[in-house]
Amino acid sequence: MIKRVITGNEAVAYAMKQIDPEVVAAYPITPQTQIIEKYAEYYAKGEVSGELIDVESEHSAMSAVVGAAGAGVRAMTATSSQGLALMLEIVYIAAAMRLPILMPVVNRALSGPINIHCDHSDTMMAANSGWLQFYSENNQDVYDNCFIALKVAERVNLPVMVCQDGFITSHSIEDISLYKDNVIKKFIGEYKPKYNLLKKEITMGPFDMFDYYFEHKRKQAQAMFDSVKVIESTFKEFSLISGRRYDFFEEYKLKDAEKVIVMIGSTYGSARDVVDSLRNNGELVGILGIRVFRPFNFKLLKKKLEKIRNIAVMERYDPLSGFGGILFNEIRSSLSRNDIVEYIYGLGGRDVDDSQILKVFKEMNNGKELIRYVGVRE
Amino acid sequence: MNLKELSNRKARFTGGHTLCPGCGEGIIVRAVLQAINQQVVVGCATSCLEVSTSKFPQTSWKCSFIHNAFENVSATMSGVETAYRVLKRKNKIKDDIKFVAFAGDGGLCDIGLQSFSGALERGHNVLFICLDNEAYQNTGIQRSSATPYGAWTSTTQIGEKHKGKEQFKKDIVKIAVAHEIPYVAQASPSNYLDLVKKVSTAVSINGPSFINILSPCVPGWRYLQMESIHVCRRAVDSCFWPLYEVFVENGVEKWKLNYDPKDKKEPVINFLRMQGRFKHLWNDNKDIVDKIQANIDRKWEELKKRCSV
Repeated sequence: MIKRVITGNEAVAYAMKQIDPEVVAAYPITPQTQIIEKYAEYYAKGEVSGELIDVESEHSAMSAVVGAAGAGVRAMTATSSQGLALMLEIVYIAAAMRLPILMPVVNRALSGPINIHCDHSDTMMAANSGWLQFYSENNQDVYDNCFIALKVAERVNLPVMVCQDGFITSHSIEDISLYKDNVIKKFIGEYKPKYNLLKKEITMGPFDMFDYYFEHKRKQAQAMFDSVKVIESTFKEFSLISGRRYDFFEEYKLKDAEKVIVMIGSTYGSARDVVDSLRNNGELVGILGIRVFRPFNFKLLKKKLEKIRNIAVMERYDPLSGFGGILFNEIRSSLSRNDIVEYIYGLGGRDVDDSQILKVFKEMNNGKELIRYVGVRE
Repeated sequence: MNLKELSNRKARFTGGHTLCPGCGEGIIVRAVLQAINQQVVVGCATSCLEVSTSKFPQTSWKCSFIHNAFENVSATMSGVETAYRVLKRKNKIKDDIKFVAFAGDGGLCDIGLQSFSGALERGHNVLFICLDNEAYQNTGIQRSSATPYGAWTSTTQIGEKHKGKEQFKKDIVKIAVAHEIPYVAQASPSNYLDLVKKVSTAVSINGPSFINILSPCVPGWRYLQMESIHVCRRAVDSCFWPLYEVFVENGVEKWKLNYDPKDKKEPVINFLRMQGRFKHLWNDNKDIVDKIQANIDRKWEELKKRCSV
């Protein structure tokens, strides 16, 4: 392993270089842009063997990647926020066509108002698009997730998003361990899809009426169910090269905890410090971080949380639904409990300091409101 | 190349599709694939052609075919063609493959214009074909930017205040030419060999090419289904739909007229009279007919000048 100090974006670009897909089609958008710029640098130097298509929009980025994947090669793009919103139509189609596309997403708030900073409204908008979703706490996570996610995607024929927090990890420099090229090459193996536009005469993207649409959707749903086992075994395989044993959920001091916060992304890192300081005062607190959000492993989640007395969800996304975010509702229904509270926080990149997490730990078991806000002027 | 030779080539667009009787698209697509006569991957925008030829579990395509969405066939084929180029460079593929993207006027001139323009600018080796039936026929004959002046559509109706479309059609050929790609042409199924020749020229050239093809639509244009080719002939002979090519020769852009009716040039009313969508112009509203005629005449003279005729 090689030790480096790089940003989250560079970690992704480096992973792309090591995966070396035949086609990358991308469009710039803050805070994703650096990924594509770095990749373009590798491309210019001849350090990657594929082609880079600088398309004229994210809609075309996803469309071109669908075409390339249909032609039987590894194809990637990367995006954020409005870019994901623009390509969303084709994001659904990519999943329905069962193309194992890897797309790093650097989480950024959706407009409006326009904002360039982190929240999870972009990928949560795409949480039910038929893509697998992996989230990352730090730069090592996002780098490792790329390889795991690609391998899973190609095993189950579903596309995958690898998400990281815009600016918080994408632009922050951290120590990370990089794997040697040959180690990655061996881990991801060669990609040999069953069908391919260039080999056989096939019809891709046909028109389904009421007599087949449902069956095709059912198969897509089954692939999502089946991916749970595949992800488990791929985590195991990855631990053999990395020494890091990942799981669907990351837990910190959960075993004897009475109060637990569930969250996604980089906040998990800060929350660990808060847990430590509260535990020094004798409070039994813990946290659960979500690494894999799609598929949602509700059975494992239930096992981890069913004995916890007080649970709060901190969610960096507000669907404006009148009933909290998508993560809150998944947790609530997985546990069949109606005493779980939701704290919406950090929208549009609002800084999350320890005091907010502390406040959630202090107040989660008081009050009647289910949907709460933290860190906002009201 | 003659018709006999062409008809002996393997048909890669088969019967059993659900296009309307008399539809121009089946005739055109069959001609295009016969003209290419080698391995080809077809991309198709959401359209009449797509829904009528790829209804699962059947397919009319005896070549690889990909449909993605309405506005993105050009970007989709950019990806397919790029994947091919990389595999070719890596010696992972031996065959020479051609790439064709079909879209209707809605899918190419309107919602797909950005994707089309992007693909032309990037220089993908794909033949783009617009099957111009002059409206959103698939969704029920709504106006597009390619609908001609004065035409009835379900969104440009005939009433006291408004009488059909009040704008002239978008000149998509000029838009394609402005991208300075190696080959652009306009063709009609009524001039079958001319169409076939244009397709084989287009696929023999390295780089993007575009052919705008008039595609007669029985329910949308409202004529008798056996008259499809007739209608196209009236379009060509009235110079409503001139046949020409734009290409680069010795580094200079050249315009070439492929057919000149000369003193047999018909008045546009002959074309309009065949179609129910222009029914309100058959006997009344002469001012609209005059406007259409004046526009055709101006564009025809301009074209002849460009082609140095």
